[in-house]
Amino acid sequence: MKHDISLTVNGDTYNLAVEAWRTLNEVLREDLNLTGTKLGCGSGDCGACTVIVDGKSVSSCLTLAVEMDGRQILTVEGLAPSGETMHPIQEAFIEKGAIQCGFCTPGMELSALNLLKSNPRPSDTQIRSAISGNLCRCTGYNKIVDAIVEAGRRMQPQSKARR
Amino acid sequence: MPAAQFDFIAPTSVDEAVAALVKGGRDTRVMAGGTDLIVKIRHRMLFPKCIVNLKRIAGLDAITVDKTNGLTIGATALLADVAAHKGIRRHYPTVAEAAGATANVQIRNMGTVVGNLCNASPSADNAPTLMAMAATVDIAGPTGRRSMPLDQFFQGPGITALETGEIVTAVRVPPPAAGSGTAYHSLSQRGKLDCSAVGVGTMVVLNDDHCTDARIIVGACAPVPMRTPAAEKMLIGKGITDTLIRQAAQKASEETSPITDVRASAPYRWKMVSVLTIRALTDARKMALRKQ
Repeated sequence: MKHDISLTVNGDTYNLAVEAWRTLNEVLREDLNLTGTKLGCGSGDCGACTVIVDGKSVSSCLTLAVEMDGRQILTVEGLAPSGETMHPIQEAFIEKGAIQCGFCTPGMELSALNLLKSNPRPSDTQIRSAISGNLCRCTGYNKIVDAIVEAGRRMQPQSKARR
Repeated sequence: MPAAQFDFIAPTSVDEAVAALVKGGRDTRVMAGGTDLIVKIRHRMLFPKCIVNLKRIAGLDAITVDKTNGLTIGATALLADVAAHKGIRRHYPTVAEAAGATANVQIRNMGTVVGNLCNASPSADNAPTLMAMAATVDIAGPTGRRSMPLDQFFQGPGITALETGEIVTAVRVPPPAAGSGTAYHSLSQRGKLDCSAVGVGTMVVLNDDHCTDARIIVGACAPVPMRTPAAEKMLIGKGITDTLIRQAAQKASEETSPITDVRASAPYRWKMVSVLTIRALTDARKMALRKQ
């Protein structure tokens, strides 16, 4: 049986009929063609599928789409909605060389956002803890940590001026 | 590989959820965060025909901290919310630490403390501390409501004392006794992220440095998170010295029955029970002395 759901992804509302067993990851990628969100392990270990639901980062591979009725979802495509200027997190990732193959990047950036929105000046330990659910097999994490420090700085222009 | 197929309902009351579970019988599974259940379905360990989701039940995610009634954590209260809750961090800091040491950020934003208990993994990170603090679970079922000490709730790996149609609606922790201290220490390969290879939760109650009560619970070293009564008995009624802590930790290790698996070998676990029990008892003593 299909369930009717209405969910908002990156500001756009979609009315969908989904089977109960389909995950949010499948619906984003297959029905909405939002393939920025990746599927890695499928068991909540790697973080490649991370999206933000009602302000909290979750694993979309373990989230049933049917549960998303009435929810607000942000994927990596929604970080820079205009498509012209990038989000400070994206800029920082590029400038610091925090991207190699790119598979972990959407999840990393959303985990970074999840951290920075409540803690714009995190310590290295706090950053490492915040991205502990996101695996990167390329960078060794140091550049990702640098990028998140830099992104935090850019997202807080006032505090930068005060320094 | 095609996905396993199931239906999904999200009742808005506990009674409706219980009715759905009774009607569905063994083929129906209850879900809070889904972080264990969906993995088990994906890995083809479970083939439910229907999932009953609890997250639409209003008030079931409540967390209350009360001087006389203690701490109550509702069935759908997130691990992240418990870890960050000001009242829990102040009055039940080890409960918050254990919730914050469970899995990763994303899983803590989906999963629940009660779900971690009901999944009944021997390594459940939230069980040792809650058992050490003499927590009870509130259970709703077809024959009404009942309550049960958490240390009787676990029956084996993945097996709880719940009967068909029953759900845990909350876990309750009594107010900590005056002069009590708690601590939880765990070890795992990927920092705090993966299942713990060993976890030890302790509570000691001190009058000066004289121990009037002690509870030691070891996770992941037996089919269930287990109390170590002989080690507890060694501490009660005595001055809690470093030497006594080391002796009790050795006894606790002897009481466990770990196995060798992907996370650690049995001999390593035996050694680590002793090490983590020393650390947990030392920290619990420190907290108890600070509170006096």
